[in-house]
Amino acid sequence: MSSRNQLMDYIKQGLTTFFLSFITLGPLAAWQLQGYEVSGSILRAFRVSLALAVLRVIIMGINSRRQNNKREVKGLGLHSKVGSRSLSGIFQWENHNQGTKLLLSAALFVAVIAPMFGGNYALTVGITAFIYVLLGLGLNIVVGLAGLLDLGFVAFYAVGAYSYALGAEHLGIGFWGAIPFAAGLAAFLGCLLAFPVLRMHGDYLAIVTLGFGEIIRLILNNWLEFTGGPNGIKAPYPSLFGLEFTRSARIEDGTTFHEFLGIEYSSDYRYMFIYATLLLVVACTIFAVSKLKNMSIGRAWEALREDEIACRSLGINHVTVKLSAFAMGASIAGVAGVFFAAYQGFINPTSFSFFESALILAIVVLGGLGSIPGVIMAAIVLTVLPELLRQFAEYRILIFGISMVVMMIWKPRGMMANVRGRLKVKPIRQSAKT
Amino acid sequence: MALLEFRNVCASYGPIAALNDVSIVVETGEIVTLVGANGAGKSTLLMTIFGAPPCSGGKIYFEGQDISTLQTHEVSRLGIAQVPEGRRVFQSMTVEENLYMGTTPIGDRYLKEDLEKVYSLFPRLRDRRLQRSGTMSGGEQQMLAIGRALMMRPKLLLLDEPSLGLAPLIVNQIFSTIKDISKTGTTVFLVEQNANQALKIAHRGYVLVNGRIQLSGTGKELLGNADVRKAYLGE
Repeated sequence: MSSRNQLMDYIKQGLTTFFLSFITLGPLAAWQLQGYEVSGSILRAFRVSLALAVLRVIIMGINSRRQNNKREVKGLGLHSKVGSRSLSGIFQWENHNQGTKLLLSAALFVAVIAPMFGGNYALTVGITAFIYVLLGLGLNIVVGLAGLLDLGFVAFYAVGAYSYALGAEHLGIGFWGAIPFAAGLAAFLGCLLAFPVLRMHGDYLAIVTLGFGEIIRLILNNWLEFTGGPNGIKAPYPSLFGLEFTRSARIEDGTTFHEFLGIEYSSDYRYMFIYATLLLVVACTIFAVSKLKNMSIGRAWEALREDEIACRSLGINHVTVKLSAFAMGASIAGVAGVFFAAYQGFINPTSFSFFESALILAIVVLGGLGSIPGVIMAAIVLTVLPELLRQFAEYRILIFGISMVVMMIWKPRGMMANVRGRLKVKPIRQSAKT
Repeated sequence: MALLEFRNVCASYGPIAALNDVSIVVETGEIVTLVGANGAGKSTLLMTIFGAPPCSGGKIYFEGQDISTLQTHEVSRLGIAQVPEGRRVFQSMTVEENLYMGTTPIGDRYLKEDLEKVYSLFPRLRDRRLQRSGTMSGGEQQMLAIGRALMMRPKLLLLDEPSLGLAPLIVNQIFSTIKDISKTGTTVFLVEQNANQALKIAHRGYVLVNGRIQLSGTGKELLGNADVRKAYLGE
C-alpha cells in the first residue's frame, strides 16, 4: 500500500470513528446536569469523539507498522521469533499480535498506577470493571470460542459469591481458600448444566441456560434457612496472611492490617487489597485464556463452533470439549463471584438477575466474539461509562440499546473483531538446515 | 477377515425403517462403492458405522471387532476416516489448520510428512495453505475434506457423495485421486449417486434400493447390468 493510500485510509477510518462515536456517545457527553438544569454543550461531545478518533488512528498506525515488520522479516527468508508460540514445536503463529500486546501492556500500566491518583471511588469503579472483565472472559470461552449461547451465565457468578459467603459461615473457608473452592464448585455446576444441553443448539440451548440461571437465583431467593433468601447474607472481608482489613480484629488475639504495619486505619486498604489481587487474577486469566485459545483444546472449541458433525467424524469427543468449555467459563465466573462478595461485604439474589447475564453477553458481543482484547475493552467501557455518567443512569439501558443496534450495523463483529491467528507449519527445509 | 463387515444391519429413524437386513463386506485394499437413488439409505448406512443412528439389528465389524456400540469418536480412533457429505470443512480456519484438525486421533507426530503427502496429492491445497477454507471453491473444499480425512492415516476411508455439486471436470479429478489413494494401500468405501463414475473405479459395488441390497457384483458387472443402466445411468 502506498503511503498516500495509507493516509487516505487513516483519514477515512478516523472520520468513521469520529461520526460513530459522535452519534453514540455524543448525547451522553454533551448534556450535563447542573443543579436541576440540564445544560448542553456540543463541544464536549466533539472533544470525546475527537479523542476516540485519534486513538483509532494510533491503533491503526501500530497495526500497520506491525505488518511492515512482518514483511521485512519474510523478505529475508527467515522466521521471525517475535511472539511465536509453539504448538508441539512444529506450528508457528503467523500474526504476532504486537499491537494488541502493546495495548495490553499499556492497559496494565494504567491499571497499576491509576489507583494512586483516583482514591477510594476510583478503586471501587476499577474493581467493578475488573469483575466484569473476568465475567466477560469466562463467557467468551463459552459463547465466543465454543459457540454455545449461554443466557444463564450469572448463575456461576452467584455460585461463586455464595460459596464464599456460605463457605465462610459454615465451613470456615477464608478468602484465599474460597477462590479455588468457588472455581471448583462453579466448574462442577458448569458440567452439570452441560450434560443435559449436550445435544442442543441455538435457541434451545439459550432457553435451557436461561432457565438454569433463573433456577439458581430462585433457589438462592427461597432457601431461607441456608442462603438467607432475599435478606441476603454477609460476606466476610478478605484477609492477607491472617491480617484483617477491619478497624479492630474480630477474632481474639487477631492483628489487623493497619496495626501490623503501624499505620492509620483506612477503609481504602481493603479496596486496594481487593483491587491488587483482582488485577493479578485478571492478568493470570488473560494469560491463561489466550494460551488456551492457541492450544489444541482451543482449536477443538473453535472447530466445534464451526461444525459439530465434522468434529465428531474427526475423532474429537464433543462431550469433553463442550464440558471443558462450560467448566472453564464457569470457574472464571465463580472466581469473579468471590471477588464481588468480598468487595460488597454483603450479597443477595437481586445482584444475580437475568439483567446481569444480558450485560455479560453484551460485553462479549460488543467486544467481539472470541476476541480477548475486545472483551476487556467492552467490559471496561460498559462498567466505567455508566459510572462517569451517573447523572444519566436512567438512560443507560437506552444507550445500551442504541449502541448495540449501531454496532451491529456498522461493526457486526464487535469493537475489536477476533483476528484469528493463522497457524502455519514451519517448512521442513528450514528445520533441517545446519 | 474382512476389514469392514455389515452383518444383517437394520436401522431406523423413529418408526421409519431406513436400512433393512443389509450385509456388505469390504476387503482390505479394495475400492467398494455403494450406489443408489435419493433416499435409498446410502448416507444412513455410512452413519451407522459411527453410531448415528445406531443399528437396531445386526452388527458392524471392523477388523473383527464389533463396533456397533462404540461412540463416534471412538470409531474414528480405530482408523476409520470419513469425508462427510457436503464437505463440512471448518470455514474460518485455514487449509493447514483444517488439515491439522484431521490429526486429532493420532496426534501430530507425522504432521509434516503427512502434510507433504496431502499437498502432493492436491497441489492446489499447497497454493492455498494459508487461505481460509470458507473462501475456496467447492472442488477445493472437497479436496481439503479428503485431505483432512487422510491426515489421520486411516485404514479405511469413507467417502459420502464426493461429487456432490461439483463441476464435471473436478469430479473426474476427484475420482482419479480416489484411485490414487487406494493404490497407496488405503481401503476406500465410496457412497455415490454418480453411479457411472463410481462403478468405473470400484473393484466391487452394491446397489441399495429402499434400504435393501438389491444387487452386488464387480464394478464392471454392475456397469454392464441392464437394470442398473436403466435405473441409474439413464439408458
